[in-house]
Amino acid sequence: MSFYEIYKKYEDFNIEEYINGLDEKSVLSIFNKESISECEFLALLSSKSDKYIELMAQKANKLTINHFGRVMFIYTPMYLSNYCVNQCIYCGFNVKNIIGRKKLEIDEIEREAKYISKKGFRHILILTGESRKYSPVEYIKEAVKVLRNYFDSISIEIYPLNQSEYKWLIEAGVDGLTIYQEVYNESVYEQLHLSGPKKNYLFRLEAPERACEAKIRSVNIGALLGLDNWIKEVFYTGLHARYLQDKYLDTEIAVSLPRIRPHVGEFQPKSFVSDKDLVKIMTAFRIFMPRAGISLSTRENASLRDNLIGLGVTRMSADSSTKVGGHSVDNESDSQFDISDNRSVEEMKDLVYKKGYQPIFKDWQSI
Amino acid sequence: MDDKLLIGEKKLCSRLFLGSGKFSNNKIIPKIVTKSGAEVITVALRRVDFQSENENMLDYIPNECVLMPNTSGARNAEEAVRIARLAKASGCGNWVKIEVISDNKYLLPDNFETIKATEILVKEGFTVLPYMSPDLMVAKKLKEVGASAIMPLGSPIGSNKGLKTKELISIIISEIDLPIIVDAGIGKPSEAAEAMEIGAAAVLVNTAIASANDQVGMAIAFSHAIKAGRIAYLSGIGSVREFAEASSPLTGFLNL
Repeated sequence: MSFYEIYKKYEDFNIEEYINGLDEKSVLSIFNKESISECEFLALLSSKSDKYIELMAQKANKLTINHFGRVMFIYTPMYLSNYCVNQCIYCGFNVKNIIGRKKLEIDEIEREAKYISKKGFRHILILTGESRKYSPVEYIKEAVKVLRNYFDSISIEIYPLNQSEYKWLIEAGVDGLTIYQEVYNESVYEQLHLSGPKKNYLFRLEAPERACEAKIRSVNIGALLGLDNWIKEVFYTGLHARYLQDKYLDTEIAVSLPRIRPHVGEFQPKSFVSDKDLVKIMTAFRIFMPRAGISLSTRENASLRDNLIGLGVTRMSADSSTKVGGHSVDNESDSQFDISDNRSVEEMKDLVYKKGYQPIFKDWQSI
Repeated sequence: MDDKLLIGEKKLCSRLFLGSGKFSNNKIIPKIVTKSGAEVITVALRRVDFQSENENMLDYIPNECVLMPNTSGARNAEEAVRIARLAKASGCGNWVKIEVISDNKYLLPDNFETIKATEILVKEGFTVLPYMSPDLMVAKKLKEVGASAIMPLGSPIGSNKGLKTKELISIIISEIDLPIIVDAGIGKPSEAAEAMEIGAAAVLVNTAIASANDQVGMAIAFSHAIKAGRIAYLSGIGSVREFAEASSPLTGFLNL
């Protein structure tokens, strides 16, 4: 069995009808429960919970402080390569986009790593486009071997691998995987991924499970909000996260809530996710999965990110660049998407302390 | 009366053990230690940044405290042992709290892997304090393999639900001749007092202090509660009667 069976079970679930049938009493009763069901999670995402948003925020705040403390984990991404063979119509790295393509050589990776680690980062998230020619698994392994000299823990956000490839990278020093399904709706997925290996919906969907079977330490999933009806997509994300947590108890599960941002290309989002919607998503998710991490990237602007601290976020990126080698040099490669929060790591540290939280940079080390 | 707590080679005056993982700022730790009198503080090695010049949390642990690194993040005995060895090699002393958790949903410890790790590390000269789900047979085995104390959970980590496992902890206290230190889930000073009243040797508190609005104040409250509970235990708490004592007891006629 895989998560696909769970997805299929709910594929034809009439979410609108379920939401329309909710009354105020049933929504309010959710706040008295310690553990909520998938449908109660859906109720919290719906417009029926709008008047309870402050109550959701208070509960999410309390749960996050109890389970994670007043700490905020800070990390940064490092793009190794933007060569990509996929034609994903919403992405700046789309193979059809005429952009500056670049791949870091090993000495450039080391330069980038030195630069980033001097700023105090102890965890690095490495990203590539999908190209088995320019960024094969062997290249990523070589990169990890260098990065281990500079960082205590390493996560990957790359194309989906098979289980033995994940095991290979874990043995090299990778302890975390980030992979977004982009969109759970199978027919929308088909429409958005026109060519390339990423067309394979199931292979991507089951990637987190293969990594868990390979005994990866942590998995971070999500959907790119805006590609389809956001309530449905967040609902599926929650189902997926809970499925992984229940099946792979020894893997730390986290979610990201990325909203689609301006990028090279003409794609326009189908579904608009407002700031209020994002607050509801975050707080509802925290209530649904009290011990799962929630990650917030620099896709969001500084002011919103500041206000989201305390509402469930446990990890934030800082000092980000979505350009290949974009930390240490100004180069000609194009970015995957526009960053909204350009604050430096020192500015982020100050902000986190001001909010009454402690910024932490290290939460694991290779043993 | 000398009521010090003996663990390994240490004689402790305070029966409040502190967790350090959830504070808003490490700078508060020395103040909490001073005001509460805590002498033992546990630190997750996964969080210690030995490379940092100004963010190494060990710098905030007062020298007079007993540092107890914990193996948070370990999913099995092998990982726990490696983390303990790393801690010792990094100068963190030879106390270790074993935390082996392969359950990220409830954060309940894996008792079997805990026993394995305890046995290995005791043989390597560590003073081992294993964190466990209260189970008498497991506690017996942990004593057998050389644990210096046993740390049963009161309720799941971070839940602040108090002494949900009271009955099982009471049994362990009665049957195992080792300090029994209640760890995890203690949410209020009254719950810490309750643990001490049933004979616990000490209580470890993290979330309840770190999540308080006044962290120092809460640490002080816990310190008082633990002392009160300990004194109550030593003084002998009266038995709880199921019924009121009648002024003319049924057997009073025998004295006529």
